[in-house]
Amino acid sequence: MTIEVRKLVKTFGSFKALDGVDLKVDSGELLALLGPSGSGKTTLLRIVAGLDWPDAGEVLINGEDALTHGARERHVGFVFQHYALFRHMSVFENVAFGLRVQPRAIRKDETTIRARVKELLDLVQLDWLADRYPNQLSGGQRQRIALARALAIEPRILLLDEPFGALDAKVRKELRKWLRSLHHEINVTSIFVTHDQEEALEVANRVVVMDKGRIEQIGSPDDVYETPATAFVHGFIGESIELPVQVADGVVRLGERPLPLKAEGLASGASKLFVRRHDMLVGPAGSGAFEGAVQHVRNFGPVQRAEVALSGGETIEIDAPRDRELRAGDTVGLEPRRYRIFAG
Amino acid sequence: MAMQISDSAMLATSGAKARARAAALENIRTEPAAVRIAIITLAVSFLTIFVVLPLVLVFAQAFSKGFMAYVTALAEPEALAAIKLTLLVAAISVTLNLVFGLVAAWAVAKFEFSGKTFLITLIDLPFSVSPVISGLVFVLLFGAQGYFGGWLRDHDIQILFAVPGIALATTFVTFPFVARALIPLMQEQGTQEEEAAISLGASGLRTFFRVTLPNIKWGLLYGVLLCNARAMGEFGAVSVVSGHIRGETNTMPLLVEILYDEYQFVAAFAIASLLAMLALITLVAKTILERRLDGGEDRDH
Repeated sequence: MTIEVRKLVKTFGSFKALDGVDLKVDSGELLALLGPSGSGKTTLLRIVAGLDWPDAGEVLINGEDALTHGARERHVGFVFQHYALFRHMSVFENVAFGLRVQPRAIRKDETTIRARVKELLDLVQLDWLADRYPNQLSGGQRQRIALARALAIEPRILLLDEPFGALDAKVRKELRKWLRSLHHEINVTSIFVTHDQEEALEVANRVVVMDKGRIEQIGSPDDVYETPATAFVHGFIGESIELPVQVADGVVRLGERPLPLKAEGLASGASKLFVRRHDMLVGPAGSGAFEGAVQHVRNFGPVQRAEVALSGGETIEIDAPRDRELRAGDTVGLEPRRYRIFAG
Repeated sequence: MAMQISDSAMLATSGAKARARAAALENIRTEPAAVRIAIITLAVSFLTIFVVLPLVLVFAQAFSKGFMAYVTALAEPEALAAIKLTLLVAAISVTLNLVFGLVAAWAVAKFEFSGKTFLITLIDLPFSVSPVISGLVFVLLFGAQGYFGGWLRDHDIQILFAVPGIALATTFVTFPFVARALIPLMQEQGTQEEEAAISLGASGLRTFFRVTLPNIKWGLLYGVLLCNARAMGEFGAVSVVSGHIRGETNTMPLLVEILYDEYQFVAAFAIASLLAMLALITLVAKTILERRLDGGEDRDH
């Protein structure tokens, strides 16, 4: 099943939640919608599910216009951030719900329903919780039940809205791996929304980065990390150093000082220089493109994070390997191993 | 100097100091004992004079001429008619308000629309208007000189001074109870479970009966209980529209007043005792329901 949205627009009052979004999801893909809160990612997901309606644009599921159908007819599995399990039903009845409410003509008999629910509970490895109620489960268990419930109707596509957003860090990591392998097993076209870049990069085949109702970049996890398309993507994914620079006649300047950086093909004007924290190499004073004085040093496992006041006045944070200990007061030279400059 | 004070004296002073310190701590943590006792006494005596004493007196008066007199008073045709009418009116207005309250709460809690704040204010209107005014409104609408008076007379429909008028006035006065009980509950629960049900293929009706209703049943029962208590006890609005036709349009509260005015104290208080018992039962049921509402829900998301 493919999903395609074209020129999708949605406003809430004066707030533009979606501002002309085009997106194609291939069959069997596990796609992540990544962005800060208010970027429109959840709105996009809800529109695909039929829980919200766009002001303009098209939604196609498997090539068919989905906007002529309500959420009920779309056969879409939806998993909510806060699980939305039916609190007065047992786990078993929660999972069975989608099967029990089917039209009489296609509804399965009780034995088939029981077998199917059992199978789904086995799939999420929680068959021993069948008789419990949602409030007796942990957050991670609830979300797995919610997923089993969504899968019960054999959805054409699976949509997950911040599925691990309400869970603690350790459970999140476990469930991420689990979701990946589950997707591998069932191979349903899936979109999941997250604001956690690590989650998106680790789980998805493809990542869509959104900001202010627009798509900033679509690409593989490697693409969006290694070659960010816009200043926003560079700043949002991974820890970046951001410096305001001026580009004029092929020369990059920080304040008044020219920097020995390549500026071919760059438009003149105010720009932003982005460097990953770990791409800033530390050398002796006098070497490299920048010079600065180390202010603080803290150790994080394999790296030391140093706050460096550049001679131009800006303060940046860099991650350096611990083979050469930095000390507050040291003067160091800094050379960006890799960098990107964006206009604006 | 400290060194020269004998051991026992030291112990005595340290003991006294410890006690003083404990007392000081006590004072920091709570009000002085005298203040506490005064406040509690005030509250208890107020409750005794204004709540417990009247309640006891109602039953004392009702049984003042013995148990048989009490039963005879209740078995009077007029008393039986009043009890029947009260039950009928309560049944009608509670049913209507159950539906209206549910619809209003649903609209307020689950939809966004302009004029929502105005609707919430309107729901509360019956609480802020004097019941007598509420009754008068219906006289203005349906009375002989009222807006619909002529039409009603032409079609031979009796609203005022009959069951429909009493039921309407009671419904109006008791409207807020169900809606008020449900709105915060439904707002807290949000719409996600309904959305989940719809996306799983359930129809609107099925979603309502299998997801929404079970989630709000205790809140609904709570609203119905209070609505019922008020419907049976309503005096002002009903008094205006009833016409006080003996044996026909007198509800229990109206009959109590009439009997009292005629110096039939035993009969008046016998009916009153029924209303008092209703209040007591309501109180117990309310406490049980409140416990279910607080404990039954899972607040951890």
